[in-house]
Amino acid sequence: MSARRSTSAHDAIVVGAGHNGLVAACYLARAGLDVLVLERNPYIGGAAVSRSLYEGFTYSNCSYVCSLLRPQIIRTLELPKFGLQIIPYEGGCTMMRDGGHLALYDNHDALRREIARHSRRDAEAYERYSRDMIRQCQFIKPLLLREPPDPTSFRPRDLAELAYLGRRFHGLGERRMYDTLRFWTMSAADMLDEYFESEIVKAHLAGSSIIGTALGPRSPGTAYVLLHHYMGDIDDTVGAWGFARGGMGAITQALAASLRASGGAIESEAPVEQILVRNGRTRGVALQDGREILAPVVLSNLDVRRTFLKAMDPGDLPPEFLDGVRRFKIRGSSGKLNIALDGMPTFPAIPAGSPCIRGDLHVTDTIEMMERAYDDWKNGRWSRAPYIDMLIPSQIDPTMAPQGKHYMSVFVQYCPYELAEGPWTDERRKAFGDTVIETIARQSPDFKRLILHAEVRTPWDIENEVGLTEGNIFQGELTLDQLLFNRPLPGWAQYRTPVRGVYLCGSSAHPGGGVMGAPGANAARAVLRDLGRKRAA
Amino acid sequence: MIETASSGTAAPHYRQPLLGTPFHARSRALAQVDQYVAWSGYSTVDVYTTVEQEYFAIRNAATVYDITPMTKYRIAGRDAVAYLDRLVTRDVARLRTGRLGYCLWCNDDGELVDDGTLFRLGESEFRLCAAMRQIDWLEASAIGFDVSIEEVTERIAALSLQGPVSCAILKAAGLGEVATLPPFAIGRYDLDGIELTISRSGFTGDLGYEIWMDPSAAEAVWDRLFDVGRSRGLRAIGSRALDLARIEAGYLSPWIDFVPAEHAIRVGRARSPLELGLERFVDFDKGHFTGRRALLEERRRGPRSCLVGLDVEGNKPARAALLYADARCRREIGAVTSAVWSPTCKRNIAIARVDAPFSALGTSLWAEIYLNRELVWERRITRARVVERTFFAPERRRATPPADF
Amino acid sequence: MSAVAARYDVVVIGAGHNGLVCAAQLARAGRRTLVLEARARVGGAAVTREFAPGFRASTGAHLLYGLPASLDAELGLAGHGLRSAAERLPTTSLLPDGTIADVDPGPAAIEGAARAAFDRRIARFAGYLAELHARVPPRLGTPDWSDRFELLRAGFGLRRLGRRDMRELLRIGAMNAYDLLDETFESPPLKGALAFDAVLGTNFGPRSPGSVFTWLHRLAGLGAGGGRGLWCPQGGVGALSAALESAARAAGATVRTGAPVARILVEADRATGVELDDGERIEAAVVVSGADPKTTLLRLLGARHLDAGFVRTVRHLRNTGLAAKLHLALDRAPQIVGVDPARLRGRLVIAPSMDYVERAFDHSKYGEWSTAPALEITLPSLADPSLAPGGAHVLSATVQYAPYTVAGGWELERPRLMEALLDALERHAPGLRRSVVAAQLLVPPDIEREYGIAGGHWHHLELALDQFHLLRPTPGARGHATPVPGLYLCGAGCHPGGGVTGLAGRNAAQFILRQSE
Repeated sequence: MSARRSTSAHDAIVVGAGHNGLVAACYLARAGLDVLVLERNPYIGGAAVSRSLYEGFTYSNCSYVCSLLRPQIIRTLELPKFGLQIIPYEGGCTMMRDGGHLALYDNHDALRREIARHSRRDAEAYERYSRDMIRQCQFIKPLLLREPPDPTSFRPRDLAELAYLGRRFHGLGERRMYDTLRFWTMSAADMLDEYFESEIVKAHLAGSSIIGTALGPRSPGTAYVLLHHYMGDIDDTVGAWGFARGGMGAITQALAASLRASGGAIESEAPVEQILVRNGRTRGVALQDGREILAPVVLSNLDVRRTFLKAMDPGDLPPEFLDGVRRFKIRGSSGKLNIALDGMPTFPAIPAGSPCIRGDLHVTDTIEMMERAYDDWKNGRWSRAPYIDMLIPSQIDPTMAPQGKHYMSVFVQYCPYELAEGPWTDERRKAFGDTVIETIARQSPDFKRLILHAEVRTPWDIENEVGLTEGNIFQGELTLDQLLFNRPLPGWAQYRTPVRGVYLCGSSAHPGGGVMGAPGANAARAVLRDLGRKRAA
Repeated sequence: MIETASSGTAAPHYRQPLLGTPFHARSRALAQVDQYVAWSGYSTVDVYTTVEQEYFAIRNAATVYDITPMTKYRIAGRDAVAYLDRLVTRDVARLRTGRLGYCLWCNDDGELVDDGTLFRLGESEFRLCAAMRQIDWLEASAIGFDVSIEEVTERIAALSLQGPVSCAILKAAGLGEVATLPPFAIGRYDLDGIELTISRSGFTGDLGYEIWMDPSAAEAVWDRLFDVGRSRGLRAIGSRALDLARIEAGYLSPWIDFVPAEHAIRVGRARSPLELGLERFVDFDKGHFTGRRALLEERRRGPRSCLVGLDVEGNKPARAALLYADARCRREIGAVTSAVWSPTCKRNIAIARVDAPFSALGTSLWAEIYLNRELVWERRITRARVVERTFFAPERRRATPPADF
Repeated sequence: MSAVAARYDVVVIGAGHNGLVCAAQLARAGRRTLVLEARARVGGAAVTREFAPGFRASTGAHLLYGLPASLDAELGLAGHGLRSAAERLPTTSLLPDGTIADVDPGPAAIEGAARAAFDRRIARFAGYLAELHARVPPRLGTPDWSDRFELLRAGFGLRRLGRRDMRELLRIGAMNAYDLLDETFESPPLKGALAFDAVLGTNFGPRSPGSVFTWLHRLAGLGAGGGRGLWCPQGGVGALSAALESAARAAGATVRTGAPVARILVEADRATGVELDDGERIEAAVVVSGADPKTTLLRLLGARHLDAGFVRTVRHLRNTGLAAKLHLALDRAPQIVGVDPARLRGRLVIAPSMDYVERAFDHSKYGEWSTAPALEITLPSLADPSLAPGGAHVLSATVQYAPYTVAGGWELERPRLMEALLDALERHAPGLRRSVVAAQLLVPPDIEREYGIAGGHWHHLELALDQFHLLRPTPGARGHATPVPGLYLCGAGCHPGGGVTGLAGRNAAQFILRQSE
């Protein structure tokens, strides 16, 4: 190792204390490595944070739902011991423009009778739909915590992994193999048409197919996105979504506590200037405050664009690789409102006493509305009638708002990173926020009156605060050209990078976004394997 | 108070997901031990008093079982016969008006979607009764046929009256003509102005009838039956007692003895009629039906496994027991799906799935039975023999007119 | 029951180009083959028709690009009268400001260096796809060695591209044309014209993932065409059908026109022949249908011979077209601003940018026709005067997009779309409107009616990754087999889809011959 030691030396440095960075750090620390996590912001968590931006309220101000977090990770890292509690939703609801609604309930018979209000056949087709989704999830899930093989390689490891993939695929049997191929290439709208006749049922289910994407529900490939959101499970209930008690920050706080308990360290307000490279391998990082921290291994929790275009010297990377990084699709398409409410708003469309109000609430009642919302985004505008995914977690979680008051999280699809009319300004941000608030107010007469504070976040804000390039919540779009062995770049899907010792551990890597933790865990495994191999050599 | 399908006044579905049947008030009054069970969206009685007393009433006197939750479809239209013939595996064209038949329907792979009874009410009017909801599959099957399919579950209340005294009770109630009704026949009757459809059918393997009526008449019919039946030993029974009887009769129950194909998630879990030992209900010569090509191929290849009857040594029911070819349990060859001690046959009986080579009558197998003896688990390796799956089939089941009591 | 007229080895339903190719190949292999065509003339959607007195146009497909040179050679089509009127047609993009852009490759191409490199690479990918096109797809997960061999072959072909190309193909294979072209080129007219090619005849806009695949599909056809590029036969596309008919007859096949098939006969779970509308029954050991899969399976065969799950799958096949066809009879040669006479004989496109095409597509999503449509325009009579009276000319254009169902109904909307199209043309060809003697606009329901293609789609079934290769027409159908023994499909609804390639017909014939070995 180099003679020059700046401030300190570690076995591994993780750049960015997002949930994946922390997961990776935890696994490395548990394997006995001396790990330091560096975070640019004064708080940790990346996009899984709980923040107090208005007195007495806690906002999950970026991500807002906990379902994809891998159970193996929760268990191995002992997150419950470090304070994580996950409470499942009780339902969900789409309010219709004509005053009607469709709710989803946990109870099988309640759900069937609810859907049957709209279509008796759909109530039963829903079972076929769930069955097919579960079948597909069962195929994909084990792949989440594995390194994707490089299909162009003849290395034994890749061949073995390809063979594993092939065996699993073959194990589906002929019919389901075709189903899988179709699921991966279809549009959500076409897929839902094969099950349902009722527009409201299709619209409610299609919501998950566009969240975070630069696609509309009729774009091929969105059926996979739908599936991606279905892969979550809570306590073995497939497809269940839940709240983290205390907000999404509870997840990263639990990870941080788990990390500290295994001897890892976190330094916040320590922005990394550059990942240092010498002779094709890393030697650590330089901080903006001038310090250098040395380590033979650096894991970047930043997205692939930011890692290689902002935090590294282009001269350290092959030009062709950089071309690939530059064309990586990471368009932001989502906004977020966090609203402090003086009381519980009423939604006349939802029947009194229905538990669905404690789940995800929506106001988009046709697939066409979603598609038109997407057209706005294509044309560089925020959707005039956006798709929203709205939650009031304070109904369940008493820690998020003062007694009698409520916190509402509103995820908004679509909102562009760059507006056709010019850069984002305060007025335009406010106008965007007003569009969303009016959209909600159409279903809730007292909603506007109850607003105490509203934080409006555009993709531009998300990029600036959280560091996600273009504000893309998945650190890169979930299209087939950027999934599995193509994620983030073909040939670089195994967490390693052209610089030895530098790894990607964020959602830019397989299996992609959502508060899943899988990229972090997989990256840590890759690091440990490489270290082990080096030791053995 | 539980909402009944017809009342429409009680709590909404998100507060009270299960409905009560039109007999709910009556059955609740008799249910002494407060054990209910959900069946197809209805709350029904699991046990009224004790399973044993209820069971013996089936085999010794007469019993009433509320079968309203059975999913019922009215299938009618120009192509009704062609449609049903493509749907089910038996020859529907040969089912005469006023008759009913047990039938199966399969998916494209020849795997059993469900079984049920098909009533031919007219030249092109049928009623299909099934344990589970089917509209998704029935409508998919209707593409290309001029046929209307309507779920009428909530519009028809039904009671199953089973047991050797059942005919006598109907006669006493003023329905004497029922005595001439042969098995699998349907008759229409008038009970003091109440229109009843009675079929000679049931799920107990005993003499019995199923009575179909408008929900508004439900309580009156129930009361009438009990008025004349109480002195003849008539009892209301719950699902547990019925389950005992149906195992003795060798009848299959979905989710217990087979996984309905359209609900199976894992590969290879669904079963074909050939594997379930129901080949006699598959008519390969009648023309095309869904699954026919797959079933022909399976018949050529031979089924992988068979659902057989077992006579198990000892008196401990072999519930969920794994089956082995040898006493040392080295070669696993199947598993028990249903098992009871048969109080009538005085045999320890079971229905089991075994690998095809072990399905011949008389084959000797070993069952691994676990017994909880005051919280201490005992493992017994017990010999079992493959036998006919119909364990109990009394003559009185078929006799027309039935013997008088 | 009427008397059985005759017995054949094979009856082919429909004398579209695929049906004729299939029949010719089967007849050449010695099968007694009969082709039954419902209409008075052969050709299906590959026809030349008089749409106004004295004016003829290729009223279905109007340019050829994907007829494999090898098929041409096999059948000796030149010997059956097929002559080319014009080959290697150049493509000119008409821009809103009245200028034009030459979007063809070549030494003077826009962004020449990038274009050349890109074209070479894309051509290799198209070459790989062309290999898949020429073969019957396998089934997955069967113990059959031929299926495994085909799969291995496809995988090996991918590997043979080399690591870099394989990676790139796996990356872009499911991508949208918009992003790929945006990564590669700067010029909006170039990107617009290329993106238009990518979505021509499909249900995609440039931003729809999968539009790179549909483009490669088209390029695979072009690549297999033997260097003729875009071309048109003397006498219009119908001349190809005439040559195919002649080839089929020469090989010994019988072709009967005006013989509409009412249904496919099935006995003992085997297709045994067909019954015509007039009740005539024709027996055959093998029935091959060139009709689209929905028509064949649900109407001619009938659900009662099929399993319910399969019928549900067939019912869900996406088959509505999104392209319309415009034919104008002009009393003089049109003058198009900025286009010289040589280019005028080629292909003109109105697709000035990718966003223009995408916006045109957006309308179609909501049951509207495009108010600013993307067009592919040809003036065939310039090269082939036989199509119009002396001095007069024919304009034939493909119009994107016109959905199968429009709000308001086509009776009301057809004249409106016609007006919009004439306006769009007038902007580039001042005075054209006054020279129009007669006009015909075929929207998808018209195409359905005229050519008997349910849904009126060029490719019979939408061309998309989830309806391609081993998923086409239904998953695991091996392209041509149906669940009923003895009944096969040979139309564009099969792998590899439409585009007047004849490949579906040729592959079907090979498949049938192999099955009967």
